[in-house]
Amino acid sequence: MIPNVAPAPADSAPATAAAAVQPKSGQRTAFSKVSASRLFASPGGVAGVVWLAALVVASLTAQWWLPYKTEDQDFTAVLSGPTAAHWLGTDELGRDLLSRIFAAAAGTLGTSLITVIVGVGLGTVLAMVAAGGDRTEGAISRVTEVMMSLPGTVIILAVIGAVGTNIPLIMAILGVLISAGIYRVILGQAKSLQSQLYVDAAKVDGVSTLGISLRHVLPGLTNTIVVQSALIFAVGMLIQAGLAFIGFGPPIPQPSWGGMIQGASQHVYDAPWLMVPTGAVLALTVLAANAIGNALGKSPNAGVSHLPSAAARRQRGRVVAAAVAATGAAASAADTGAIPAKGHLSVRGLSVGVDGGTPLVTGVSFDVEQGTVLGLVGESGCGKTMTALSLLGLLPAGVSATGGQILWNGKNLAAATERDMEGIRGRDIALISQEPMRALDPMFTVGYQLTAAIRRLLKVGKAEARAEALSLLEKVGIVDAKRILKTYPHQISGGMAQRVAIALALSGRPRLLVADEPTTALDVTVQAEILSLLRSLVKDSGMSVVMVTHDLGVVADICDNVAVMYAGQVVESGRTANILDNPRHPYTLALLAADPHANTAADMPERLATISGQVPQPKDWPTGCRFMARCQFAGSACAAPVPLLSSGSEDGLVRCVKADELAVEGLEWLATEVPTHHVMKIVEKDLA
Amino acid sequence: MSIETAERQDTVPVAPEQPMLEVKDLVVRYGRGRKAAAAPAAVDGVSFSIRQGETVGLVGESGSGKSTIGKAILGLQKSAGGTISYQGKDITHAGAAERRALGGELRAVFQDPNSSLNPRQSIGASLAEPLRIRGVNGAVAREKAEAMLERVGLPREAVDRYPSQFSGGQRQRIAVARALICEPKLVVCDEAVSALDLSTQAQVLNLLADLRDERGLSYLFIAHDISVVQFLAQRVVVLYRGQVMESGPAAAVTESPKHPFTQALVAASPVPRPAEQAERRMLRESLGVRTAAAVAASPGGCPFSQRCPLATELCTAERPAHRQVGAADVACHYA
Repeated sequence: MIPNVAPAPADSAPATAAAAVQPKSGQRTAFSKVSASRLFASPGGVAGVVWLAALVVASLTAQWWLPYKTEDQDFTAVLSGPTAAHWLGTDELGRDLLSRIFAAAAGTLGTSLITVIVGVGLGTVLAMVAAGGDRTEGAISRVTEVMMSLPGTVIILAVIGAVGTNIPLIMAILGVLISAGIYRVILGQAKSLQSQLYVDAAKVDGVSTLGISLRHVLPGLTNTIVVQSALIFAVGMLIQAGLAFIGFGPPIPQPSWGGMIQGASQHVYDAPWLMVPTGAVLALTVLAANAIGNALGKSPNAGVSHLPSAAARRQRGRVVAAAVAATGAAASAADTGAIPAKGHLSVRGLSVGVDGGTPLVTGVSFDVEQGTVLGLVGESGCGKTMTALSLLGLLPAGVSATGGQILWNGKNLAAATERDMEGIRGRDIALISQEPMRALDPMFTVGYQLTAAIRRLLKVGKAEARAEALSLLEKVGIVDAKRILKTYPHQISGGMAQRVAIALALSGRPRLLVADEPTTALDVTVQAEILSLLRSLVKDSGMSVVMVTHDLGVVADICDNVAVMYAGQVVESGRTANILDNPRHPYTLALLAADPHANTAADMPERLATISGQVPQPKDWPTGCRFMARCQFAGSACAAPVPLLSSGSEDGLVRCVKADELAVEGLEWLATEVPTHHVMKIVEKDLA
Repeated sequence: MSIETAERQDTVPVAPEQPMLEVKDLVVRYGRGRKAAAAPAAVDGVSFSIRQGETVGLVGESGSGKSTIGKAILGLQKSAGGTISYQGKDITHAGAAERRALGGELRAVFQDPNSSLNPRQSIGASLAEPLRIRGVNGAVAREKAEAMLERVGLPREAVDRYPSQFSGGQRQRIAVARALICEPKLVVCDEAVSALDLSTQAQVLNLLADLRDERGLSYLFIAHDISVVQFLAQRVVVLYRGQVMESGPAAAVTESPKHPFTQALVAASPVPRPAEQAERRMLRESLGVRTAAAVAASPGGCPFSQRCPLATELCTAERPAHRQVGAADVACHYA
């Protein structure tokens, strides 16, 4: 007899769980907030929580509201269906089902919680210990492998044979068996957290291994732990019901879900209803636990990937095409007089924004003549990558071109449908990205990926594609092309991978190459080689390049023209030599002054020039000059919108009202940091 | 100001006694067992020293072992040979307790401002951690954290915020604040500015320079960008595949490099002046340095011999000894 043993651990369990999982209350509040908001964001999660809470409350208060005692027998209504007296009907002894289901709930939930605490607790502790050191990991992993190979059912039956149906003990042993699986799940994550730089920083501080585990590793595991707990909770309930079903539940008069289902199974033909209430409650409870696990496990931004799915792009393409076609129609009607040259890109007043919200790029215009290289320069958050991706119709989900034109061979790409873009992307316009390894699929050989792209883009046969792949690799300067074709991406160096990525981009014989920071992840010596390669490709094939970069040295090396971007606008554009040697916009001036490459060792300044503050967020863009708040030369005139005007040198343009004044005075960007309030004072003075 | 400048560039305030940090014949191997012993070492017999108030720059390509050296000094990576001594004390195999006893004198700023701060800890908790484990009480630690934040140019209120609420540059300032909060003497900066934009990079470099001058700090400044190193360092050590190719005064090494690898490295670093860059490009192409080969050079010879335009049979057979060429110390048979 184990009367009322179940509710006790149910009461004490949450406290122990909280203590084990979250040693610091401060972190806990921050964390549970995140989990809670995620939990209530999905209808499944809400329903699960409501159901479980109702069940717990109902069973804990059962003695006050239940219409009958669990043992009360009503021989006038044996095996009855739902009636006014017995809402859910009665069993073969005339006992009220409703009363029995709810009276049994607390025991079932409470003992399942024991499995969760033991299983997840032990698994987590083992994983954290193992993640701390190589040797302990080896030992613990071997032990858990042995545990996983043990037949769980046999062990549990053996325990029952030895100590009887002590449900809490059985559930605890089940927890120990399950902990091996939990350990496997958590170990990987604990190890990746252990390799974070902040863990290194803590080690340098001399924080103890235990301190690191508790303060830096455990909080990062919370999410997995919570999700696993919800799932193990459901598993515990099912196994417990299963044990009761085969006769190893609580002693006979005491109600248990598994025992009730077993009882019902004997009356499946004469009283089929008997199975329904208990089965439904058990199923709903397991579903509720799984729904909570699902809701908690969902990554907060799982839906937002960097590149949108083709379907999403097609969908958006239609909407945007209509919008942009409307704005562009008038302009293109005016433009039709001039027939654009082949391989000429002309971007006119391009705007890109979050759908139905903040603009990210506004009124960007530039031209790329055939066989030239245009540099798009600026700091992160200036919209240069968004501009580049819009040329390929590859803007991330939820972002689209909201106005202006991208004229490619006379066709407006900003209004093109996804189907049109599929014909242009890869064939006319190709992309190389910052991380060459990301452009290559680790599961396939370089040769497979190259030939697949060539066959698709050029519509040629296998042998022909292979020959083309070899010649492409030779073209990008790979000496032993035959060997490289057979390698997998992880077997080649970063520089080699970028060459392969360029070969891949060239496979459709594009006329325009969009290169998004193509050398940023590479060593300088490799960068120099890749830039030389790009230069020779441009010279030999007459291809044009739009090069997105933050490195002014790269601009000086390879770009014919440059457009400097700041906060979603072009602030200065023109010939590279003019702009770098004689910058007219204060932002360009400041960038050059802040660049340690601009100085040689002999004239290296004591302090580098800096730009105070940071690039404003798109929602904070002022109506006037967007650089004003950070500019050392800002005046009252800067508060009004500033047009892009001729800078007077060749076809250079500059967006600064003071450009001429600054050019005459020959001002330099000062190395001292000018606090923002000082700038504001200047502005006020000028206004007065 | 001018006196300071002279001091910084010519004679670093020399402590006559032992250097701040001395690394001698350091060897680091990754992995364990026979296979690891057969593979070329990640760091292969590197020696250098840092005096008080001096900044030494460690430059090289990825895989040159520069970060590994930093990790070995910080005790994050076991060394297989050689010694590391801090103020004359051998710390090559110091344990956590011994490192704690160093009293936070040896600290680090890491590359990635996104992962060097625990996203789940408030800035205040992150900054206070090194103080708290040394027994400083909460209120004092918080006060110090606020003062340190102010020093690196952030508002005091930042203590209660979380890393995600700051930009990359601000986070790197916080990482600097964390490194300096227990008044260290030597800070290892591992690619501390390479993830930042130009203007914020300049802010952090200025901050590091100011703090050095103000507190007499020594830095080991690890970076792949020789121009950035040139701004901060008085001496530069150039690494290639775990070995020192050239070391010496920053100006000498970056302006008139003697080793063919250093020459290639300097020539490949682009400058934002188109005309000059065109000249550098010509120079680089005329050097005739070969593309990095996948296969490692023979263990007995010079590690750079496979790419070196000057290499002869001697270079593949015999590892060049270090010798003085001008102001620099160069490991090349033909420099």
